[in-house]
Amino acid sequence: MAKFQSLQEAIAENLRDGDTVAFEGFTHLIPHAAAHEVIRQGIKDLTLIRMTPDIIYDQMIGMGLVRKVIFSYAGNPGVGLLRRMRDAIENGWPRSIETVEHSHAAMANAYEAGAAGLPCAVFRGYLGAGLKDVNPAIRNITCPFTGEELAAVPAHRPDVAVIHAQKASRRGDVLVEGIVGVQKEAVLASRRSVVTVEEIVEDFDDLHPNLCVLPHWTVTAIVHVPGGAHPSYTHGYYDRDNAAYLEWDRISADRDLFMAWMKDNVLDRGPEVFADRVKGLLA
Amino acid sequence: MTNLSDFTPNEMMTIAASRALSNDDVCFVGIGAPSAACNVARLTHAPDITLIYESGTIGTAPNVLPLSIGDGELCETALTTVSVPEMFRYWLQGGRISIGFLGAAQLDRFGNINTTVIGDYHKPKVRLPGGGGAPEIASSCQEVFITMKQATRGMVETIDFYTSFGHGEGGNHRERLGIRTKGPTLLITDLAIWKPDPETKEFTVVSMHRGVTRDKVQETCGWKVRFSGDLEETPPPTELELTTLRELQARTEKAHGGKKGI
Repeated sequence: MAKFQSLQEAIAENLRDGDTVAFEGFTHLIPHAAAHEVIRQGIKDLTLIRMTPDIIYDQMIGMGLVRKVIFSYAGNPGVGLLRRMRDAIENGWPRSIETVEHSHAAMANAYEAGAAGLPCAVFRGYLGAGLKDVNPAIRNITCPFTGEELAAVPAHRPDVAVIHAQKASRRGDVLVEGIVGVQKEAVLASRRSVVTVEEIVEDFDDLHPNLCVLPHWTVTAIVHVPGGAHPSYTHGYYDRDNAAYLEWDRISADRDLFMAWMKDNVLDRGPEVFADRVKGLLA
Repeated sequence: MTNLSDFTPNEMMTIAASRALSNDDVCFVGIGAPSAACNVARLTHAPDITLIYESGTIGTAPNVLPLSIGDGELCETALTTVSVPEMFRYWLQGGRISIGFLGAAQLDRFGNINTTVIGDYHKPKVRLPGGGGAPEIASSCQEVFITMKQATRGMVETIDFYTSFGHGEGGNHRERLGIRTKGPTLLITDLAIWKPDPETKEFTVVSMHRGVTRDKVQETCGWKVRFSGDLEETPPPTELELTTLRELQARTEKAHGGKKGI
């Protein structure tokens, strides 16, 4: 049953040191405010799952909270490389991290398998691809009916999924609209979930019957954080802050600049700053 | 008035790539140069082309080029937007995409692509973003077009990592791995158009852009270049093509610039 909480409470109750956590969002609806709360609480030794690690994983890695990353594309979307993640991989700063690398198809299938309660995902993939040689979690399986060799990867079963969405109803049902990514699968594959939303509305009675809705009994915690995806965007609420993504390339290029930025903009702040950050970006 | 005589090599690359696409194509679009080419095609000779981005947007018609594959513009102008698992399972794996359009950090003569690491995988000199959708785009789309700027750093004798499989070691290597699709059938660079040799599958220059010499193509390529016996000159951009591309880029710059930042 979904519990309405403050962000501080929701993160403290649901995330523990050593957890495997999926903060999902495919460019759209990236849960920045929730990730910043995890950084403030210093929850560490995390295994992070994400198809497209971007700024928030760069920030958590740069703050030394991450032990391992399972991913398929690590980049600052539309800008370039993730400099903090690279520094951890190439130089072990501030600590070395383990990486488990997949393709998007494998990651999407692994979430779906997790949501479906299966132990593994089966798909036609990795044909001739080098990742098979460096990731022992990529195996082959033979179709018992046709004999075709297919790829198999373990299902994702995170301890916690963290997502941002447009709306929750008073009952705690959650609506995701626009580019919906793998958020539904990530929540259903996880033991617990924390959802930040732009808005809480009375009910979902007037919605189109086929929208992407997570029923309240599939969600653990809901937090009202307007602007909580910034500098990512929330379809129907505000646009992507492209300047902030470009700025991150400069900030993340230097360790000291990064640490100073994190102190000023994350450690010494709270979730209430997000509403201001999206002013002027209104869709 | 568009000055047709001073188009840049990059503009020629994008326009040559756009010409390879047709109205009937269902195209899986990578970000960057492929995205510009696909949208120029849509805005000129192929208005009914179906453009698909891996974020789940099907039949999208963006007014400006997206900065990332998940921009809101793609969703707002799409026929429909599906989840990412559905995109990769039903649409890509299901064999419904005719052309996958990819860029490359490193490319070899057989169309194998590396966007994963420079150097050893476990001790990389440079950790690149990784493959994303590319490994399965390369094997599940009916054919693959590649576009990149020529440089010896990028077009290399041996790639450091097989992010996505082209023709492997050449010949029938795809078939031997059980891959049923055609793989890379076209490479468009800022200097030339390349097609794989029907037997060896090695990329061969079939057309050079105006003003480009064989020496220039060879100097910017890390392997010994083969030129077709009947080498052609790529027709220069038409006024419509060049104007369309420049206006698209101007709209894009205007839309993405001038935002706020924290």
